[in-house]
Amino acid sequence: MNALVRPSELKKQHLIDPEICIRCGTCEATCPVGAVSHDDVNYVVDADKCEYCMDCIAPCPTGSIDNWRIVKVAYSLADQLGWAELPRQEDFGEAAAAAVEAIEGEVGALLERAHSGTGGKPVAPVTASKPTVNIFTRTRPATATVQGNYRITAQNGSSDVRHIVLSFGETLFPVLEGQSIGIVPPGMRADGRPHDVRLYSVASARDGEKRNANNLSLTVKRSEGGVASNYICDLKIGEKVQVTGPFGATFLMPNDPSTNIIMICTGTGSAPFRAFTERRRRAAPGAPGKMIMFFGARAPEELPYFGPLQKVPESLLEKHLVYSRLPGRPKEYVQDRIRSRAGRLADLLGSEQTHIFICGLKGMEAGVDEALADVCRGYSLDWSRLKPQMRATGRYHVETY
Amino acid sequence: MPETTNVDYSTKIPNNVGLTDDQRVLKALEQWHPGYIDWWMTMGPEGFQTSDVYLRTAVSIDPKGWAKFDYVKMPEYRWGILLAPRQEDRQVNFGVHKGEKAWQEVPGEYRAMLRRLIVIQGDTEPASVEQQRHLGKTAPSLYDMRNLFQVNVEEGRHLWAMVYLLQKYFGKDGREEAEGLLQRRSGDADKPRMLGAFNEATPDWLSFFMFTFFTDRDGKMQLESLAQSGFDPLSRTCRFMLTEEAHHMFVGETGVGRTIERTCQAMKEAGIEDPYDIAAVRKLGVIDLPTIQKKANLHFSLSLDLFGSEVSTNAANYYNSGLKGRFQETRIEDDHELTKASYPVSKLVDGQVKMIDEPALTAINMRLRDDYVADCAKGVDRWNKVIEKAGVNFRLKLPHVAFHRHIGEFQNAKATPEGQILSDAEWSKKKDQWIPSTSDGDFIASLMTPCWERGKFAPWISAPKVGIDNKAGDFEYVKIHQA
Repeated sequence: MNALVRPSELKKQHLIDPEICIRCGTCEATCPVGAVSHDDVNYVVDADKCEYCMDCIAPCPTGSIDNWRIVKVAYSLADQLGWAELPRQEDFGEAAAAAVEAIEGEVGALLERAHSGTGGKPVAPVTASKPTVNIFTRTRPATATVQGNYRITAQNGSSDVRHIVLSFGETLFPVLEGQSIGIVPPGMRADGRPHDVRLYSVASARDGEKRNANNLSLTVKRSEGGVASNYICDLKIGEKVQVTGPFGATFLMPNDPSTNIIMICTGTGSAPFRAFTERRRRAAPGAPGKMIMFFGARAPEELPYFGPLQKVPESLLEKHLVYSRLPGRPKEYVQDRIRSRAGRLADLLGSEQTHIFICGLKGMEAGVDEALADVCRGYSLDWSRLKPQMRATGRYHVETY
Repeated sequence: MPETTNVDYSTKIPNNVGLTDDQRVLKALEQWHPGYIDWWMTMGPEGFQTSDVYLRTAVSIDPKGWAKFDYVKMPEYRWGILLAPRQEDRQVNFGVHKGEKAWQEVPGEYRAMLRRLIVIQGDTEPASVEQQRHLGKTAPSLYDMRNLFQVNVEEGRHLWAMVYLLQKYFGKDGREEAEGLLQRRSGDADKPRMLGAFNEATPDWLSFFMFTFFTDRDGKMQLESLAQSGFDPLSRTCRFMLTEEAHHMFVGETGVGRTIERTCQAMKEAGIEDPYDIAAVRKLGVIDLPTIQKKANLHFSLSLDLFGSEVSTNAANYYNSGLKGRFQETRIEDDHELTKASYPVSKLVDGQVKMIDEPALTAINMRLRDDYVADCAKGVDRWNKVIEKAGVNFRLKLPHVAFHRHIGEFQNAKATPEGQILSDAEWSKKKDQWIPSTSDGDFIASLMTPCWERGKFAPWISAPKVGIDNKAGDFEYVKIHQA
């Protein structure tokens, strides 16, 4: 065990199993960036060139192409050319799991974009559980059965947000709060290619929407003309859904009950925070750590889970439900509420137990960031120094889309 | 629908060549279709036409779309016309037309030559399906059965690919040739397939593996050199076929490898150190290594014959005209005209094998064959690694190119696997040491009992290291419903 290695030092390397490869050359012909080459004995992948586009995976007749190692220093071409078999995965302990959000390239790219607002390489909370990623892939998806599909915004509201419950039956599909799953809508795009995968945050705790029922829930908003969201929002109970994942290895709930968790979200960005809250309620109801939620919507009827949220006690979750379109009231956004609770937040930001999680539309990032900077300014804290420090210690997380 | 990377399923014939806009060719192919299905039902895999087979089908020719796996009944497999994407500004890369824009239509002066090339290639595709049609019954596992059927349906698709070119570009002659491809039969005395190796029997699974390793590899080399063609539709057709052909190489190399692995394992378990103690090894119910060597000798030599004469004016003409290039032509560093170059050719001179320099243009077949032999040798090295790893003292090797030949320089020579020339009498006395005898065949046949239980393998062959499409070991690759 290599205890000194940090996840940020590790990367994922694409390799070809020389014992199984038959040197047909299909991968080399397929690779769009010229990362694959060969000598008389082996086919090898240049770690500096490979962009994980996965184009080479399906055409390989042997499966030898689908091999990955978590490495600190990439194996060179000379290393690979000399192999008769693949080296064993070096043991980096928990760091290895946290180094990779997803093995599939397209999902990895989606998560990278979603986490880009973190402002640097995201790091998992120190006390988060070890996540499992990428058990089910586009070519080998899991089949889930729809157990429930409920509208969780008011019928008269303009936004149709659904709470979807999926059961995995006998299939093991382990998730942690904060992880996502992938859904590929059935059918083809207009150009005849399969649809792109969509990621949805899990809205339930790790032990299931219902405890130990091997199910999970999602929060999905119907968007006009959206292929995936309409497919999911129209699902009927008993229908089967192809699911990939789980994905995500950094935006995870800290396990330590003494951590303070500040959750800032809009719309369906509330999904992971529903999971966080439920987890703490089940696992550590009297936890010393605080949970505070800043949740923005246009109006109560458009705020997902408005009804159920009213029943969550303030002792478990300090709720700031913020509305931008209440008749007769000035517009209020989450950043306004953050500013008006500056004292409370500054108090928490001074503690090394505090974690910030931001989830929602990309557009909220800048406003929230400025608000947090303002809060710090008023209380002799320097956000420009605190933020990178929190990020590096796994305490600052952004997942926006 | 214009030419795209995507496959149009709106016609009976899935395609990415815009068939709906080409009513003449669409109609010609639709007329050919029933004859093809008829051929498939009578000459395709016997006894399994109603079984559900876990096959890959191309839904698009881009890398993410062309390997979709699902259960399919073979007669319902979507045989279609799939061409690799067109490369803008592609040129004729060799011969006298080097530097011209690649041809999208058949140049009049090369019509006959080109048609012949396409017909010869096309004839091999249905031939191998015919040769392998009885093998399903003795499949050593559902995994192997699936692999066999995948090879079969893809050979069928390769026939479609060639027939499309004939129908699209060769008018009435093309239509007649397309019919002829369905009329000839492998091994038939009256109307045999065009090339020798495709009229030989494939009596058992080791033969099948050897065939896919050696003979399909000839197919790969031929497709590689046709993929260089200045006639762009042929080039694009062959490029896409090559991605499928890779699976056939895989079936052959790993099939023989797994046979060897099981033999070595059984020998070790039984404490047999001498690989030449054939009787003792055979008692274990596995195929002894010397017999595997004989099988390799046979299939290698038959496949070498497919390259034609070492020195050939036909080959020179194909090259010079820009119709058929060398293996990886564009990666070779020379003038790609070869008018002044020479190439060493192995010849029989005064009863001895010697290397003689010949004009490189006429030695094109020899060059392709050399590339083929080098490619085969790498596979044999892999097999030897399996033997070495097991700690058995034996090495497989490729026989000399003069051994057991029926076409070209050595057709009248009787050479040992080492290349030593023998008299006819000596050869007759010793040939059973080098190529499988009737009793060898009988022994192998005695092992060919079916093993169709999920996740189980016949005792003479090892399980593969990974499943197809990464499926678990006990995956039901074929759901058998016997007709």
